[in-house]
Amino acid sequence: MNTVLSAQDISRALSRIAHEICESNTGSQSMTLLGIPTRGAHLAFRLATLIESIEGSSVQVGTLDTTLFRDDLRLKAPRALMATKIPPLGVQGRTVVLVDDVLFSGRTIRAALDALGDIGRPSRVQLATLIDRGHRELPIRADFVGKNIPTALSQSVRVSLTEIDGVDEVTISDLVSS
Amino acid sequence: MTNSLRAIILKGGTLADGSKRDVLINDGVITSVSQNLLSEGADVIDTEGLILLSGLVDLHTHLREPGREDSETVLTGSQAGVKGGYVALSAMANTSPVADTAGVVEQVFRLGKEAGLLDVFPIGAVTQGIEGKILAEIGAMADSVARVRVFSDDGNCVSDPLVMRRALEYVKKFGGVIAQHAQEPALTSGSQMNEGIVSATLGLKGWPAVAEEAIIARDVLLAEHVGSRLHICHLTTAGGVEIIRWAKARGINVTAEVTPHHLLLTDELARSYDPIFKVNPPLRTDADVIALRSGLADGTIDIVATDHAPHPGESKECEWQEAAFGMLGLEHALSIISQTMVETGLLDWAGVQNRMSIAPAVIGGYSDHGRGLEPGSPAHITVINPKAPYRVDRDNLASKSRNTPFHGMEFSAQVVATYFHGRKVFSNGRMA
Amino acid sequence: MKHLLSIADITHLEAVSILNTATELAKVSDTPMKKLPTLRGRTIVNLFAEDSTRTRISFEAAAKRLSADVINFSSKGSSLSKGESLKDTAQTLQAMGADAVIIRHGASGAPARLAECQWMSGAVINAGDGTHEHPSQALLDAFTIRKHLGHGREDLEGLRIGIVGDVLHSRVARSNVLLLTKLGAHVTLIAPPTLLPVGVESWPVTISYDFDSALESLDAVMMLRVQLERMNELFFPNAREYSRYFGLNSARVKALHPGAIVMHPGPMNRGLEITADSADSARSVIVEQVSNGVSVRMAILYLLLAGDTSIKAGN
Repeated sequence: MNTVLSAQDISRALSRIAHEICESNTGSQSMTLLGIPTRGAHLAFRLATLIESIEGSSVQVGTLDTTLFRDDLRLKAPRALMATKIPPLGVQGRTVVLVDDVLFSGRTIRAALDALGDIGRPSRVQLATLIDRGHRELPIRADFVGKNIPTALSQSVRVSLTEIDGVDEVTISDLVSS
Repeated sequence: MTNSLRAIILKGGTLADGSKRDVLINDGVITSVSQNLLSEGADVIDTEGLILLSGLVDLHTHLREPGREDSETVLTGSQAGVKGGYVALSAMANTSPVADTAGVVEQVFRLGKEAGLLDVFPIGAVTQGIEGKILAEIGAMADSVARVRVFSDDGNCVSDPLVMRRALEYVKKFGGVIAQHAQEPALTSGSQMNEGIVSATLGLKGWPAVAEEAIIARDVLLAEHVGSRLHICHLTTAGGVEIIRWAKARGINVTAEVTPHHLLLTDELARSYDPIFKVNPPLRTDADVIALRSGLADGTIDIVATDHAPHPGESKECEWQEAAFGMLGLEHALSIISQTMVETGLLDWAGVQNRMSIAPAVIGGYSDHGRGLEPGSPAHITVINPKAPYRVDRDNLASKSRNTPFHGMEFSAQVVATYFHGRKVFSNGRMA
Repeated sequence: MKHLLSIADITHLEAVSILNTATELAKVSDTPMKKLPTLRGRTIVNLFAEDSTRTRISFEAAAKRLSADVINFSSKGSSLSKGESLKDTAQTLQAMGADAVIIRHGASGAPARLAECQWMSGAVINAGDGTHEHPSQALLDAFTIRKHLGHGREDLEGLRIGIVGDVLHSRVARSNVLLLTKLGAHVTLIAPPTLLPVGVESWPVTISYDFDSALESLDAVMMLRVQLERMNELFFPNAREYSRYFGLNSARVKALHPGAIVMHPGPMNRGLEITADSADSARSVIVEQVSNGVSVRMAILYLLLAGDTSIKAGN
């Protein structure tokens, strides 16, 4: 198991993403951050705090569960639904920034776009991810990336966050074939 | 009747009293029982380690013919009987048409003779159409070729006290007996299983013990009043055992039977909703099973009777409340009695011989049966291997039906041969 | 969880998971787009061998909101009323490729027979069987109680709930006793002795024959439907006497403590077990029970059908 990002690396990456989001969105007034549970949700709240300190005004932030829209439900054991919390101003006509921890096949983001479509019609949707590990299976790319990490398909990328895991770090390990 | 020209010696078997003896059979009759028997030209059959009992007699069998030959016939029922060690069956009257005339009982009797594997004694209906209203032609059935002595509306209760009184009185004329299916109909309308903790959970309509006990109590008092002979079919409750015990102590002429399934199974099995466990009267609780076993051990309950009740597949492959009542019994009765009574130390083999051969023959008036292994008795012999474990397989039954609740259960004692008038009518898993 | 046959089969954890899932799914009903793609391509059969418009419609709405294909197979005009056996029906459904069968049946245990007899391979959901159980009703009742009285808790620990009326013949009561006590509530059954089953003493509940003295301690009162035919079966003398002792009227509603709620699984016999003003009072959550029913049934369908149930769910 290799640690590829330390707590400090994560902090720096998030700070940079926060600045990039602010730059590309002249102001945070018409912007809504939606994190994809579980870890993407925590990242969204961290980014919101960072953006608020940059902009000096509050940011709309919430969570968006993609489970019901996934195309691999039937391949896995039944899973519990995560919370979807849309902030008061909703998504209609706003810029929505989806936040996830790892961008891989792109299927979660596709499900998120479908879920979003049922809630309302944003004027624009952007994507922020802490890690882009490649191997896309859909024509999806991130607007804001913390770090690009080339990986083999046989490897697993794990993001740990203090809110749930007690520590901030990103590790790569080889999957044990069973 | 007999086809064995040569004499047979069953060598080295253990009799009911525990003694080891050789049994000599000539022309269908036991001619000698002693040690180290030698007989020139006799077929010698080694029965070392096996138990020899007086051939088993069942006082309660549903052979379904005439009317429901899709579930059993007199022939297939006879085959199931000899496989279970029986040499006499008592065919219940609830056929279609009902055995309430001399014609029907003679037909069943004749079918038994034609099958020729064992004796089939028809039971006559108490009332016309077993409807509980008008007495059947009891005298005509008694005087028929079948010489019926046991009368029962089994399947239905003779619930009208006046009808029951008259029936009890009427059979005194020829020393007959009324075998009562004790079930108060008003308390059991639509009932599905024993009323108690399990029925409350399952939402199946309850069948209270009192519905059985109230009729038993009424009928022993009626039997006492008119001085007649009463037999109670398939006792299932601890309270029923108490009433019979009381009645016998009082000198009332009452006998009672218990089925193998009520000695082994409880209402917990209904939790599966599998109607294979649906039976009338219903499976009761653990406490009832214990009371029945001790009642059979101390003689309060006189006999084991199978209430063998074959049903076609569609009658059981359905919802519980749609399913038919009843389960098979003949083929595994002896194994179950061994497990529940002998292996538990409640009864010895002499006790088993009494409850499954001698006493039922006395109650039914079957003078040719239940006479023990004595010189001069007909050679009706059930040969048992007490240590031959086997697993019940519903796809390997002699009965035409497969509604056995014992499928998959393992028993250690097994009937290995049955002799009827000295003729081997069953042995080693094959028909004679 | 492959089937939902009885509340007895589900754990505390599974029950809470169903309620939590229902809470998330209830939000879908508030969005402009009420349909989810989750069960697209799945076939669900509504097999109703007994009339029940509301339960059938509720399951149908739940299935359709999850984009499943729904086939209705109800007793009138179907082969079930023509004496076709349950086995034949099951084999027909199997041949049609049903992923799940929602079954309402007059015979207790019919869903269990369907699930366990290997006549078909799909999931079986008990939508009420005889006088046995009605698990989805109990789950929606628990959901409704938690929403009003749970104060953010996941279960119903410490809540006091009265179930009033014909417990003997009620599948709703049986499922609720199992579920509410599993979730930590204290249940009191309030009924005339004739309408309590023999064996009820083995249930983890308190028994009361006196509605009035039980009233003030209750957080929720769940009224059961009483069928007038029971009068002819000698369970009670007449409707007037039943209502006097076990009916919910405005005086009894007033005697409830503030915050207590009034429930009824429907359909109601207004004037018999509940007066019209009690049913329509501010305490009544009866209409809400119906809408919660759809969310809870969506949760049941989602958890039984969305994933591959042959794989054990992780943590």
